[in-house]
Amino acid sequence: MALTPQDIARVANLARLELRPDETEHTLSQINGFFALVEQMDAVNTEGVEPLAHPAAVIGDVALRLREDVASEPNQREASQVSAPAVERGLFLVPKVIE
Amino acid sequence: MSGGLNNTALHELGVAQLAAKLAAREVSSVEATQHFLARIQNENLGAFLATNADVSLAQARAADARLAAGERTPLLGVPLAHKDVFVTRDFPTTAGSKILENYRSPFDATVVGRLGPQGAGMVTLGKLNCDEFAMGSGNDNSAYKPVKNPWDTSRIPGGSSGGSAAAVAARLVPAATGTDTGGSIRQPASLTGITGIKPTYGRCSRYGMVAFASSLDQAGPMARSALDCALLLSSMAGPDPDRDSTSLDLPAADYAADLLAARPASAGDKPLKGLRIGLPTQFFGAGCAPDVLAAVRGALAEYEKLGATLVDVSLPLTELSIPVYYVIAPAEASSNLSRFDGVRYGHRAARYTDLDDMYKKSRSEGFGDEATRRIMIGTYVLSHGYYDAYYLKAQKIRRLIAQDFQTAFAQCDIIAGPVSPTVAWKIGEKSDDPVASYLADIYTLSSSLAGLPGMSVPAGFGAGGMPVGLQLIGNYFKEAQLLGAAHQFQLATDWHLRQPPSL
Repeated sequence: MALTPQDIARVANLARLELRPDETEHTLSQINGFFALVEQMDAVNTEGVEPLAHPAAVIGDVALRLREDVASEPNQREASQVSAPAVERGLFLVPKVIE
Repeated sequence: MSGGLNNTALHELGVAQLAAKLAAREVSSVEATQHFLARIQNENLGAFLATNADVSLAQARAADARLAAGERTPLLGVPLAHKDVFVTRDFPTTAGSKILENYRSPFDATVVGRLGPQGAGMVTLGKLNCDEFAMGSGNDNSAYKPVKNPWDTSRIPGGSSGGSAAAVAARLVPAATGTDTGGSIRQPASLTGITGIKPTYGRCSRYGMVAFASSLDQAGPMARSALDCALLLSSMAGPDPDRDSTSLDLPAADYAADLLAARPASAGDKPLKGLRIGLPTQFFGAGCAPDVLAAVRGALAEYEKLGATLVDVSLPLTELSIPVYYVIAPAEASSNLSRFDGVRYGHRAARYTDLDDMYKKSRSEGFGDEATRRIMIGTYVLSHGYYDAYYLKAQKIRRLIAQDFQTAFAQCDIIAGPVSPTVAWKIGEKSDDPVASYLADIYTLSSSLAGLPGMSVPAGFGAGGMPVGLQLIGNYFKEAQLLGAAHQFQLATDWHLRQPPSL
């Protein structure tokens, strides 16, 4: 199964990436080279096998903890916004979203 | 050890030795810190992305005050540096990416906090170069500069923790932190002749590690010896219940205590009697270069002398670990990297038409080629209609791979083999062939997928006088056993003490 330039354009849009035309071609050939490798997975029978998310779950239950829903962090708004591209009065600025 | 103060030799000391000198007050943390900062200032390997002498020296003074007050803890005052995927309040954090240029974290990663002034009292010398978002095996995916291997500066140091490995090998730091998603601690450790351990997935908190593939990412120490790694891991590991829901609810152990009690074997002594080392047939095939195999077999012969027995085991899905990993890791990466949107932090394009265009331009300008490729692959395999065939299928094979390890561990205590199929390659050699670079990860990916602890231990030299590492893989939570086996090997051999001829 090979991807087409249309697939690349669709995926780039989903990923919010903008590829230059020369990049699209290059990316297409590299990704198709990669998927030739991925096709090896088809040969493995995985019927009835549960997917594994936390590796240690192979040997026993791993409890994913919940914590109390209480604020535990001090207010760090200023420190958090030091690296923001555009901030005004403590708010992140973005281009107009609603007309 | 002479009682006199000889600063020029400080960088030749490992963590344990330097800690002993600090505890004996033969040298101060400020003196040690100044010594290493001077070396770092003159380094030309590209290992460092950021330093800040004022911050480091303030931390050193605080450590000296604790030492003066009589505190004696194993790492107090010893300098180290962090891979730049650990966020730090006092240094910029870039994860090797332009998209995070000038980023300042409002907090320290848990691992950084545990090792630093509020914890073990180590002094941070700076931040270490790495592949962008820890994606790579050669450190040539850093957006800033490649890292050079101190054993041969025309070669890569391995990746993605290449700056950490090069800095330890070149004696710019006594130790460093690294992260390992598919081999990023073990492979650069192997290619630069140092020791590194990736603990069991969940041993060290991932809080404050810039996320790549969340179900695989794991922090670990890189240093010259197993003993030094054990000292660091004892402080790094442990549950972080409120901040990392995947961190294991297991207390950290004192991994160094047993090692310090161990004595060098005298002739005929068998300190590892009873230890069964499993050799997966798939790790010793034609895919591994003869010079690497020769060094690995030499190390295994040494293990036999120490009393271990070698048994053949099988990990039949070893080759499948490559596609399985390169589906799962990019899938998780595409999700994790969606946070870089040019809004809350990181690069924002100078020109755009609307919000959607701002996202696209900011991300495309900010991400390098490999990150872009993995986001594309990951987005595709998670997209509607493909999820079952790729991501879910890969997660199922992942379970089979993990089960194969359990079958193998019924026959042995530790699994051993090469870390990397070749010694370090030339810078640029695999830059435009991502698949070739993925194939070179074959011996480290399966244990990463299974979440098992793994080490690289210096085992000799291959072609071009380049270092070769022996990989040791343990069962879940068996870091102490791995470190113990590595330590016995290092008491009997001196590969880990060799240093690059240029030093």
